[in-house]
Amino acid sequence: MLYILQTALELGFLYAPIAMALFLSYRVLDIADLTTDGCFVLGAAVSVTMTASGHPFLAVPAAMVSGMAAGFVTAFLQTRLGIPSILAGIVTNMGLYTVNLMAMGWSANVSLLKTETLFTLFQKTGIGGPWYEALLTGLFTVLAGILLVLFLQTRLGLSIRATGDNMDMVRASSINPAFTITVGLCISNALTALSGAMVGQYQNTADINAGTGIVVVGLACLIIGETVLGRRTLIKGALAAVVGSIIYRVIYAIVLYTKIMPVQGLKLVTAIVVALAIAFPAIKDWAAFQKRKMAAAQKGGN
Amino acid sequence: MLDIRSISKTFNPGTVNAKTAVSGLSLHLEPGDFVTIIGSNGAGKSTLFNAVAGAFYVDEGSISLDGRDITFVPEYKRSRVIGRLFQDPMRGTAPSMTIEENLALAYLRTVGNTSPFSRISKKDQAVFREKLSLLDMGLEDRMKQPVGLLSGGQRQALTLLMATMVPPKILLLDEHTAALDPGTAEKVLKLTRDIVAKDHITCMMITHNMRQALELGNRTLLMADGNIVLDVGGQERSGLTVEDLLNRFRAGTGRDLDNDRILLSE
Repeated sequence: MLYILQTALELGFLYAPIAMALFLSYRVLDIADLTTDGCFVLGAAVSVTMTASGHPFLAVPAAMVSGMAAGFVTAFLQTRLGIPSILAGIVTNMGLYTVNLMAMGWSANVSLLKTETLFTLFQKTGIGGPWYEALLTGLFTVLAGILLVLFLQTRLGLSIRATGDNMDMVRASSINPAFTITVGLCISNALTALSGAMVGQYQNTADINAGTGIVVVGLACLIIGETVLGRRTLIKGALAAVVGSIIYRVIYAIVLYTKIMPVQGLKLVTAIVVALAIAFPAIKDWAAFQKRKMAAAQKGGN
Repeated sequence: MLDIRSISKTFNPGTVNAKTAVSGLSLHLEPGDFVTIIGSNGAGKSTLFNAVAGAFYVDEGSISLDGRDITFVPEYKRSRVIGRLFQDPMRGTAPSMTIEENLALAYLRTVGNTSPFSRISKKDQAVFREKLSLLDMGLEDRMKQPVGLLSGGQRQALTLLMATMVPPKILLLDEHTAALDPGTAEKVLKLTRDIVAKDHITCMMITHNMRQALELGNRTLLMADGNIVLDVGGQERSGLTVEDLLNRFRAGTGRDLDNDRILLSE
């Protein structure tokens, strides 16, 4: 059981920045940004390639900058060239497939063999004992979350939030929405790439298909977190990303451990969890309505 | 102040839906002018405002504000010196952000050269509190609450405050009290009058209330078919009644003023 919890905590922290990225793009900016899948692999590819050449530290900021570039392309396509936002993300994602192969030296996966990573280096310090992985990933994720919340309270951050909240107001407040959308998507994709960078070094490998469906998983994590914590404030939103991510991984680990489903069935489980999580408000409304109808029928009013 | 030289705008040109909303309109405003505008449905009142605010670029003619040609300046840059309120109180504020954050958006962009990473300071909060107390709606004690919780009237008053926090060169009011209940409308109108008078803001206001149009401000425009058909100010205007205005409109255009919302009296 402890082992399940430990793994869930590690994976939860590793993937939480994706949920945070979606909090920024999907919730705050109100844009469905589908760059995520390719951007995650980009982060992993850059990180693993850099680590393989002996720069595990530099790998993380490098991955984040490359993620920012991906976000910039998506933002450019939609704000300057008038491509609808969902399509812009898909187009970038498509192009990223080739870019990712390039980043991995034209192969479909790269592995780290006996190379120092952030994790092996941290393990040597002895901090955290057997929980060193959870501690290190937690550190990165919590730091990213705090910085995100602080940023969203600055003047630029307020402008980004207003862009998703009321576009009319933004135009009438001398804010250029093209600019705020660009900055917002750059940051959200940098977060996605951060997750990719950590996962790459954690698993000692980057794979071209590792990102498939990751946007849906990230969204599920965010919604699970919001269902638990509510979604009123910024801090709750960022916290929901982390908490939701850990809860999702606990569910995932339990399913794996108890062998309710064969390993091959995990995609189906993910899809069901995601669908249920996203449908939760609708199901709740439906149940409340049915209850009202029943109550009315019992009174004999109609 | 504001100088509009024979602007024209046609929507959907070259199609069956082509509509010339404004044609060859010219207008000159002096600093401190408070102009009220009335007109039929589709007379081009809002189109005139959109042209000045920069929601679109005009097909012909030019617009200059305070000696600077703004004909091709994009909307978000113009809004630095142009304040605007719409009929819909929801359009001017961001609902999921707090009152304080909304004010900060309006404030931080205009005061000095603040860094994009500057945050709301204690000093800013004191300024917001003081400004909010002028509204006399108790909003100064609710600064941490999201704007979505406020009533339409409160949101419109807040929008007015945001638009005038740093006095704009020109303030555009597009029937900004029309969607409010009479009591609140009266209050927002009084606030508008006070703020405009205090900072000597040049102002244009569209209204469907004829009496209000004659009472408020120092000049009244009547619009029809994308142009100004009547422009009265000064001595001539002070003796004018609603009846006179209607007669003048008929004489000018050869038909009755037709607006399904126009109010002849209250």
